[in-house]
Amino acid sequence: MFNLKRAFGALLLSSSLFAGYAHAQTVKIAFTDPLSGFLGPVGVNNMHSWQWIAEVANQEHWAGKLKFEIVPYDNKLSPQETLNVLKRVEDQGIRYIVQGDGSSVALALSHAVTQYNERNPGKEILYLNYAAIDPLLTNGNCSFWHFALDADVDMKMEALTSYLAKDKNIKKVYLINQDYVFGHDVAKAAKEDLARMRPDIQIVGDDFHPLARVKDFSPYVAKIMAAGADTVITGNWGSDLALLIKAAHDAGLKANFYTFYAGTTGVPTAMGSAGADHVFEVAYWNPNNKKFAGADIVKGFKKKYKDDYYTMASYSGIKYLADAFKQTKSTDPVKVAEAMEGMKIQSLNGQEEMRKTDHQNQQELIIGKWVKVNGTTVKFDQENTGYGWETVAEIPAYVGTLPTSCQMKRP
Amino acid sequence: MAGVPSKLRYRPFNLGRWLTWGLTALVMVVLPQIFTQGYAITLMSQMGIMIVFALSYNMLLGQGGMLSFGHAVYSGLGAYVAVHILNLAGAGKIWMPLSLLPLVGGLGGAFFGVLFGYVTTKRAGTTFAMITLGIAVLVDTWATMSRAFFGGEQGVSTDRVIGKPFLGITYGPGVQVYYLIAVWCLVSMALMYAWSHTPLGRIANAVRDNPERAEFIGYDTQRVRWFTLIISAFFAGISGGLSTINFEIVTPDVVSLSASGGVLLATFIGGIGFFFGPILGAVVFSFFAVALSNYTNAWQFYLGLFFVLMVMYAPGGIASIIVMQLQLIARKRFWRIAPHYLAAGASGLVLLAALILTVEMTYQLSENSANGTVMNLFGVNFDCAKALPWAVAVGLWIVGGILFNLARQRVARVWGEIQTELLQARA
Amino acid sequence: MEFFVISLLNGVSYGLLLFMLSSGLTLIFSLMGVLNFAHAAFYMMGAYAAYSLGLKIGFFPALILAPLVVGLLGALVERYGLRTVHPYGHVAELLFTFGLAYLIDEIVKVGWGLTAVPFRVPAALHGPLFTVYATEFPKMRGFMMLVALLMLLAVYLLVTRTRIGLVIQAALTHPHMAEALGHNVPRVFMLVFGGGTALAGLAGVIGGVAFITSPSMADSLVPIMFVVVVVGGMVSLAGSFLASLLIGLIQSFAIGLDWSLGGLLDALGVAVNAHTPLYSLLKLQLSAVAPTLPYLLLVLMLIFRPKGLLGTRAD
Repeated sequence: MFNLKRAFGALLLSSSLFAGYAHAQTVKIAFTDPLSGFLGPVGVNNMHSWQWIAEVANQEHWAGKLKFEIVPYDNKLSPQETLNVLKRVEDQGIRYIVQGDGSSVALALSHAVTQYNERNPGKEILYLNYAAIDPLLTNGNCSFWHFALDADVDMKMEALTSYLAKDKNIKKVYLINQDYVFGHDVAKAAKEDLARMRPDIQIVGDDFHPLARVKDFSPYVAKIMAAGADTVITGNWGSDLALLIKAAHDAGLKANFYTFYAGTTGVPTAMGSAGADHVFEVAYWNPNNKKFAGADIVKGFKKKYKDDYYTMASYSGIKYLADAFKQTKSTDPVKVAEAMEGMKIQSLNGQEEMRKTDHQNQQELIIGKWVKVNGTTVKFDQENTGYGWETVAEIPAYVGTLPTSCQMKRP
Repeated sequence: MAGVPSKLRYRPFNLGRWLTWGLTALVMVVLPQIFTQGYAITLMSQMGIMIVFALSYNMLLGQGGMLSFGHAVYSGLGAYVAVHILNLAGAGKIWMPLSLLPLVGGLGGAFFGVLFGYVTTKRAGTTFAMITLGIAVLVDTWATMSRAFFGGEQGVSTDRVIGKPFLGITYGPGVQVYYLIAVWCLVSMALMYAWSHTPLGRIANAVRDNPERAEFIGYDTQRVRWFTLIISAFFAGISGGLSTINFEIVTPDVVSLSASGGVLLATFIGGIGFFFGPILGAVVFSFFAVALSNYTNAWQFYLGLFFVLMVMYAPGGIASIIVMQLQLIARKRFWRIAPHYLAAGASGLVLLAALILTVEMTYQLSENSANGTVMNLFGVNFDCAKALPWAVAVGLWIVGGILFNLARQRVARVWGEIQTELLQARA
Repeated sequence: MEFFVISLLNGVSYGLLLFMLSSGLTLIFSLMGVLNFAHAAFYMMGAYAAYSLGLKIGFFPALILAPLVVGLLGALVERYGLRTVHPYGHVAELLFTFGLAYLIDEIVKVGWGLTAVPFRVPAALHGPLFTVYATEFPKMRGFMMLVALLMLLAVYLLVTRTRIGLVIQAALTHPHMAEALGHNVPRVFMLVFGGGTALAGLAGVIGGVAFITSPSMADSLVPIMFVVVVVGGMVSLAGSFLASLLIGLIQSFAIGLDWSLGGLLDALGVAVNAHTPLYSLLKLQLSAVAPTLPYLLLVLMLIFRPKGLLGTRAD
């Protein structure tokens, strides 16, 4: 840590003196997410994902001679702390920042980066958001300096319901979500999409519970059972999801769970066999995709970090940057941001496009199902549970493509 | 309470006090000229905010004897009031200069102080502590759920650059905000110091020490507690307003239990028995909570250990340690004990090095093992999977432990001698 | 009816777990006056200790052994930490446990990693105990209730029927007299703190296996434990037993009921729509605020009956 500081000082000097492409050897990318506290494990896994892809990119010379380096900062999942981190990033002359966990943090960071760039021309910072998926980020609150790599809530729900809609057995859907912005986004999108695609489906419950405060979910499960639901849609993550699925299993609830985050660190271990065959997840990728694209990366990651690679947005993100560096022959965030608008890249889930109007990445989405590893469709398990995600549907990008209300202010 | 300030109170011109305040102000003015980096300035701004917050808390705990687990409710709600007013001002709906915004926060805090305080201050002691805990959890939960006033989990953001620049001050750059915070911090410090000498401040002490007697001589103890809490909530609200300006965002974190716990820790660490204790506590705590995580993954471990050791060995806080030395200096005995302090300090540093080495190597092996076992500490590269660094650590523990123990005994002996001497001299 | 039976079972079993958690806290507070903020951390210790021991000696021996390990640790903490702090008063003691909770959290993370560990229900407790209508009542929850009741019985017998129990009672009401009669009150304190933390450890084994064993399992438990203790009357085991059940039942039933103030007004013939003042408050459903009800109960209780359900002191 201590010699890093000196290195930052040197970088500060060099980047202000020679901002050109030829002289800069290493591009530093600040990574900030909770690295301690209850979401720490998720943040650490994501940090490793970025570090791993940076390593792969350096070996494979994605950006020619240019090297990537990820510099982690703990933001303790707090918007205020994130702004402190941003101050340090500014001081150290790092021009790229990556963040993902928590829409509240993302909105604060996007706001602060935009403000900073307005107040400090020539020192602009570019913000890659790989996991915060509040639609506000690319609609009402969109910013030229913010690029969303993950599909937002509405897009994911669109993909999920287009898959659900084909299942004629679904009659009664129950919505249960955490009582904060994201949970409300999920519930709203689910209601709208189901009403449009399958008006015959009855929504038999729409519950919100406080974030990360409930220990015992059995009263909620009792309610779901009393309502006779055959399907549950939830945006819950972390222990709120694992506890819900465990309680459902204990009470013998047979409903299917459609989730956003059942594959994030910690949930698979806690869920274990309790989720087998009836938990689904919508995501942009999973290691057991039909072509097993990215298998080497998953294996290398497992070997090095003894953990599972699932944050594929790190691959897309570095790819976008590498292509933009090559195209512009510059690492200046202003030029890179302009180049990234409308750019197309080849990622692990096929072609992706960074839509110009709102900086929302357009990509294929995948529905996965939690099943036992079978060696054919499911080769990779998660967290050594013996269970992994089987790809049950690949939803092409156009399905999730939605209009935007973004009025982008360009410099 | 220490006798030092009160003993000097009746002199017409108190040089010592003017010097202290003048020096404090000078340090506040000069610091950002030395540490010019944006991060250093925002850290110092946060320290200033924490100072106001911790002093307001000590009004309750130190001077009123009320242990509260929910003081962040007042600073946090003050911050929310301030952010809404600032947004209205930014939209041009009302006139409100940014420099006076902390006052709005203060009034907001005081308003909720009147409201909640009426309920909580009906009781004292443990019951008071528990009601504050209950209210804190309620407000905290409410803040994440309600979108209208609190903006839900994502909070309310704002832009502090409003209106026309005045004398070139826009409050855009961090250093301008720092000076605004410094001014408010100084003014609040002075006002809170003055409060402790008002009749209400004195009666608050009486109610803390012996509520029954205070009641017998005709004071309504409940009302005294309530008024104390309102004033304390006012200053807490000022700190909330300042944090609104500093961060330009207010999220439910500001009313959380951890924020309330933080101010309790900061105040106690600094020392609740002295007016300036919480100031020191706020500075140390901000460093631990904000800056230490930049250097080590184990920051929470160090934080916990520091608090536990402080509570065990220096329950009067940093302030009490300083005051003890000041008494020695005043009686011209300090230089006799100073060499022993030096020895204890040096051996203590060895122990600290041993601790840091052990903790950092353990963390490297357990949480950071994916990045290899080679690590860098104090500019030295080494492999913590090898035996040598561990042998060094053990060596440091043993050497440091023995030396520190010897030095500690010396200090204790000399200290005892001096105290006996002083007692005899007095007799 | 179905909903009523299930909610009753859920509420009682969760209440009993809360009781296991808070009984130790009540014991410690009633005797030593210490609000143990590290209690939830000892709960977590219990879960992790049982997980590690369970890998070697099986779940049921670990169920006995893990609380003992935790209790021993608690006794050591009292002997070498808390006792030093005791002369400085209750705030200092409380802060000591506050810092201790941080330390234990970190030690658990370093020792067992940042993520959850797979602490699974043993095969003997797999599956449903019985089925009510369509809902299965898991054996694990039945076991949870059984352990809690046995624990209650054991603590009750220990306090009322044994010599050490009598000394504890004496030290509780008349510490100086007990000391004058030659009883070692500090040792009694150590035993009580050790015993109290052992109870937390036992709750941790059960809670860890029934829910999740992760470094965040203790988060947000401290406030709810305090609610139980305060509502129960601070010093009364029977009171905290009642309070635990009450809170378990309130939570369980409130979640199931989509009542709101607006609905009540509607039923009373007052039309409520989006233009009614305080609409956002009126449409709030009981189920959404259910997890905050215990804290509301706490505040109301302290205002109207500060000595708690079965308490004797109101200071």
